[in-house]
Amino acid sequence: MTGAWRGLLPLTALLLGGADVRPTQEYLSPEIREAQEDPSRHPGWLWVEEGEALWRAGEKPCASCHGGIAGMTGVAARYPAVASDGELLDLEGRIERCRTQHQGEASFGRESEALLALTAAIALQSRGMPVAVATDGPAAPFLEEGRRFYQTRQGQLNLSCGQCHDDNAGRRLRGDVISNGLGTGYPAYRLEWNTMGSLHRRLRACSLGVRAEQFPPGSREYLTLELFLASRAKGLPIEAPGLRR
Amino acid sequence: MLALFLLAMPAAGQVASFAVTEDAIEVPLDGLRGDRARGEVVVRNRETANCLICHSIPGTAERFMGEVGPPLAGVGSRLNPGQIRLRVVDPTLWNPQAIMPAYHRTEGLLRVDPRYRGRPVLTAQEVEDVVAYLSALEAPER
Repeated sequence: MTGAWRGLLPLTALLLGGADVRPTQEYLSPEIREAQEDPSRHPGWLWVEEGEALWRAGEKPCASCHGGIAGMTGVAARYPAVASDGELLDLEGRIERCRTQHQGEASFGRESEALLALTAAIALQSRGMPVAVATDGPAAPFLEEGRRFYQTRQGQLNLSCGQCHDDNAGRRLRGDVISNGLGTGYPAYRLEWNTMGSLHRRLRACSLGVRAEQFPPGSREYLTLELFLASRAKGLPIEAPGLRR
Repeated sequence: MLALFLLAMPAAGQVASFAVTEDAIEVPLDGLRGDRARGEVVVRNRETANCLICHSIPGTAERFMGEVGPPLAGVGSRLNPGQIRLRVVDPTLWNPQAIMPAYHRTEGLLRVDPRYRGRPVLTAQEVEDVVAYLSALEAPER
């Protein structure tokens, strides 16, 4: 994409009235976008390497059931997903279940380096693949819950997610360009954090930004919101591990 | 975290009463007199109202100003003080769909961070200071 085309983004968003959902990479600065594609300039690859090592580590490693990590191709594009017991799981939640139920290990814990690393390594196997979450059947009520959260004005600043990420995508909020608010790049290395973090950590920052109640990573509020965000991203490419400002 | 508590603690707990006429609040809140210079400080403060995350002001002293809301240059020529006051206090009283937050309101808000619950973003005095500053922002000469 050329710089000139990127300059048209605010206009495009305005003309289309927010109906248009674009991949986050199209909202990134040229420098960040290029670095996201370049392992030598993307610190997130340190977590990917650690995650690939974890895939083979332990008494009963992931690889002993799943084989090579390349077998995880497409998996991240299908999460969050409803498990057989009816619980909505994001990719992190799925990994934690494997740890405790199949590997006989303690869970890593949300936002732990190990969980971020393994999630990043698994998500990388789906990089460039279109988001393909299930939103029907048992996922439908969760999707509606997420949609409600997304559309509800909240916090002292009384803003809904959509008022920024649909109605004002492409415009500048302080020095940043507002994206369509997709989760496709997470876990991501965020320069503001100086480290890798999950989508739910990013959502906590959004809640803080509108001075709303923050929910814990893995909470029902953020899980259902993540499903709704994924439904908006259907067909758009997985960018994880992303690079963000 | 500390900064958040510091700014939350001394904030006024109450919201002044006011009357809306058409699209304006004509009478200054609590009968207070606004100060232009203090208003500029409030507008430029990136921690409290954070006006510049969405709006730009004239001059070159500020970097990274937003463009979600209209530029504030000339707002004093487009709107009278009462109209500006209403838009700062609670723009949804004039346009229910307005994206701009209410800066002097505590009721009817959902999931407010406990640290801010029951407190308006700006005190009545700060609202009056902002109104004084914005009313003096005439259209830039061209």
